[in-house]
Amino acid sequence: MTTYYSEEHEWVTVEGEIATIGITQHAADQLGEIVFVEQKEPGDGFEKGDDIGVIESVKAASEIYAPVDGEVLEANGALEDNPGALNDTPEGDAWIYKIKLTNTDQLSDLMDLDGYKAFIG
Amino acid sequence: MTDAAKRTPLYDLHVELGGKMVDFAGWEMPVQYPMGIMGEHSHTRAKAGLFDVSHMGQVILRGADAASKLETLVPSALTTLKEGKARYTFFTNDDGGIMDDLIVANAGDHLFVVVNASMRHQDIPHMAKHLDGIEVTEIFDRALIAVQGPAAENVVGDLCPAAREMSFMQTMEAEIMGVDCRISRLGYTGEDGFEISIPEAKAIAICRAFLAHEDCEPVGLGARDSLRLESGLCLYGNDIDNGTSPVEASLTWAMQKRRREEGGFPGAARIQRELAQGTARKLVGIKPTGRAPARAGVEVQDLDGTVIGTITSGGFGPSVGAPVAMGYVATDFSTPGQKINLIIRGKAQPAEIAALPFVPQNYKR
Repeated sequence: MTTYYSEEHEWVTVEGEIATIGITQHAADQLGEIVFVEQKEPGDGFEKGDDIGVIESVKAASEIYAPVDGEVLEANGALEDNPGALNDTPEGDAWIYKIKLTNTDQLSDLMDLDGYKAFIG
Repeated sequence: MTDAAKRTPLYDLHVELGGKMVDFAGWEMPVQYPMGIMGEHSHTRAKAGLFDVSHMGQVILRGADAASKLETLVPSALTTLKEGKARYTFFTNDDGGIMDDLIVANAGDHLFVVVNASMRHQDIPHMAKHLDGIEVTEIFDRALIAVQGPAAENVVGDLCPAAREMSFMQTMEAEIMGVDCRISRLGYTGEDGFEISIPEAKAIAICRAFLAHEDCEPVGLGARDSLRLESGLCLYGNDIDNGTSPVEASLTWAMQKRRREEGGFPGAARIQRELAQGTARKLVGIKPTGRAPARAGVEVQDLDGTVIGTITSGGFGPSVGAPVAMGYVATDFSTPGQKINLIIRGKAQPAEIAALPFVPQNYKR
């Protein structure tokens, strides 16, 4: 199991062809108190860079950009009733999607934890 | 022209308190403190919040018949505004639109006027040009703060006992910690509270003294916006502007009977016609049924998909615990309970027209 990070402040934890994705604590802190998450449905396919959801905080709406190509296997339904979990455990229980990776080569474009830490300074 | 953002007399205090500073209408202002927007909002409704509103324009009008002269620019009654009372009004343009909204206080030998930060550059020349024989003086050496919430009376009253006796929309000069301040019992949150104009040299010391009260916490612009929205109070530039009339904006209550009948203010023809005949659209409260906030610019449709209006302010209402919004809709669809759709990111989301305010007002009458 390896975790990668994107410049859009998402994490991707990979196990074979399956990955779990979410936003980083840094992103959650920047967004402020989160009040709504709009997610795609299982079966929806997407390409890297596509807008695959929206996070609304008390301040503003922000898009979630796909860090890699894939297909949604499961959207975390707990976020519908408790969007604030994204502020508390964005890198834990409050993951956003489980996806099927369709282009694992793209993982090499992402950062590891040290790289991400350096990226956010 | 890129002017550096201006700082209020409370800037150093905001930074010390951990305020997250943002540019707002050319001013460096705290959008929130470490407590966060939701916490600051809820604290203001439960106890008391301290807001820096020094970016707003404070203006003194001095001269014979200042009230009757100012009446030529606004549709509210000012000649009958008693000494020690304040009133909400707005500058209208020749087409009956709203140029800005403001508070006018009768301070006895002068009128004390507060206008929006973003419109100071317009309003002060506007008054100077049209108020013949009146000295229009913009004040730059005083902070303006608001203390709002059910505990505001105790927070302010501990330092200024006379403030406890004031009623809603009353204004007076009083001493706080040895300096003369202007205290007005009003605000922009729907709660009881005060706005206080303080000589800048003493502003931080007085704010520290208010914040030393266990019920008082600093509150930023983020919660100021969610508090006013839940309370159904208009934001200039969003809910009202040069294209919206006070009748459309449901601000008829601010135009007293004599002024409605006599006219004598810019745009009176349109406003009197609308008072008699009604308007095609109206500013209303809108409550999304789901959880997605509907923000300014979201299109409003009827259930058949016909466009009937636009959201002008919207977000999450922490005290309501759900999204809330305001916007203009065709008058035929403006009755509370009316089902509508909001087009959020291309998808129709159910909502209904709601009575304003979303939370009960809590003024000291």
